[in-house]
Amino acid sequence: MIKLNPKLSQKLSYTILFLATVLAVVPVVVIIFIIIKNGASAITWEFLTSMPKDGMRGGGILPAILGTLSIVTCAIAITLPIGVCAAIYLSEYAKNNLLTRIVKLAIVNLAGVPSVVYGLFGLAIFVMFLKLGVSIIAGALTLSIMELPVIITTSRSALNSVPYSFREASLSLGVSRWQTVRYIVLPNAIPGILTGAILSISRISGETATILFTAAAFSVPHLPHSVLDQVMTLPYHLYIISTQIPNMPENVIFGTALVLLLMVLTMSFVAIVTRIYFRKRRKW
Amino acid sequence: MRKIIDNVIEAVIFMCGILSIVFVVLIFGFLFKEGFSFFKDFGIIKFITGQFWYPTSDTASFGILPLIIGSVLVTVGACIIAVPIGIMSALYISEIVPKGVRDVLKSLVELMAAIPSIVIGFVGMVTLVPFVRTLFDIPTGLTAFSGSIMLAFMAMPTIVTISEDAIRSVPWQYKEGALALGATEWQTMRRIVLKAAMPGIIAAIMLGIGRVIGETMAVMMITGNSARIPHSIFEPVRTMTAVIASEMGETVSGGIHYRALFAIALVLFIVTFIVNFIADLFLGKNKNK
Repeated sequence: MIKLNPKLSQKLSYTILFLATVLAVVPVVVIIFIIIKNGASAITWEFLTSMPKDGMRGGGILPAILGTLSIVTCAIAITLPIGVCAAIYLSEYAKNNLLTRIVKLAIVNLAGVPSVVYGLFGLAIFVMFLKLGVSIIAGALTLSIMELPVIITTSRSALNSVPYSFREASLSLGVSRWQTVRYIVLPNAIPGILTGAILSISRISGETATILFTAAAFSVPHLPHSVLDQVMTLPYHLYIISTQIPNMPENVIFGTALVLLLMVLTMSFVAIVTRIYFRKRRKW
Repeated sequence: MRKIIDNVIEAVIFMCGILSIVFVVLIFGFLFKEGFSFFKDFGIIKFITGQFWYPTSDTASFGILPLIIGSVLVTVGACIIAVPIGIMSALYISEIVPKGVRDVLKSLVELMAAIPSIVIGFVGMVTLVPFVRTLFDIPTGLTAFSGSIMLAFMAMPTIVTISEDAIRSVPWQYKEGALALGATEWQTMRRIVLKAAMPGIIAAIMLGIGRVIGETMAVMMITGNSARIPHSIFEPVRTMTAVIASEMGETVSGGIHYRALFAIALVLFIVTFIVNFIADLFLGKNKNK
């Protein structure tokens, strides 16, 4: 083998690293570009606000949009308070003992469980065992368990980023531990918790495998009016029209994908802006 | 009075804290209950080593070997693509580019993680699949190979972000020391930085693998869904996750096929538990430095 001069080998390696970075970044740009280019023409007011027609081939996707919104709202309403409390427990109360280590291990484990396994679990416990049926609430409960580790982890790092001296100052004034958490730590951690929550909403909006057997329906002729209703959801609708229905007009599929993508990316964007805004205003 | 309220609230907080344990136990319990009753009927050895997945034929056979091979094949394929590219771009992003560019590149990589897998699957189906078919001149583009490429993209954000964090947390003294001895920047990166960041990078790879094994929708749409043992990566395969997602709807609740799918979920649960546990060990190692 030829021994390269170190300078030259550095140049060569940097070029290779650069190309690798291009490979890592380009696909996401290409995917977004393809969806916008092919889907933009389908997006009209009617598409967003009317019911599907002609076996989904025409009309709009309103029930799917509302279905996704209702599941996601229920899921975050369940998971956020529990997750924040769990984070408070871990960062403010938990001692460094066996129980805490088991809790942390459980969180790591929950975070790694595949979404389709959550779906199966949701089917077994919520749909069958608790007899909630395939419904918004069964799907939301399943999603909320799936999202719990994410909420706990982001909330915990938000709580941990509040300087320890804040707590000491409050405790030394004779304020109880809970009062300190409630009036000193939590208000300062809210931005971080909020950012995590918005990112979670974005993530569960696009989740398909979890709600496949717990909430999603092929087609529902009316809009959802109770949490015990089956619903159409955007990701499941996209799955159906892109794989199950023959002769589906392509721009309708791309249009549906674009609506889902916009929803998810808008929320990620809002989360990032929130983070930057609060970081600038932070006083420490 | 305030004391009582405090105590009640702290009790609630404690209960939320240990709820994660309850959920893990519940998930395992429900999967195990159905899975175990399936093993009693069909046999665990026949299940793991059986070569035929014919869940609906008259003499039903529930061998998941083809599914395990399918999952392993796309996972290994995705790793071969994503690991080197991911680590190289993590190096590039954290060590070579200026800070402004770094933030942009990092956000772009993370953006990929925000795109729902169903959207990625759909785009792969209409672009990558026909491309692979014409490029290699094979009967169908729905292959393990296409699945590997798509999964590599999906694992990329995990691998890049976590490796990048590990690389950036290498103490600057290590680098200065090497540079002072006359090593070039690249030699320092390759021999010192990469070595010091290795535990974090291994954790990143494990978490990436966890993500790939559990991925369902995109894999189901792109790998062709054929539960036969493939002879090469240019043939359709079916993964464990895809089997659950595509067959659960057709099963009779409580029937043997239904319970077989729970048994597969149990296998997935255990595998991802091990993978994430290892990742966590390495992450802890990185922090102790």
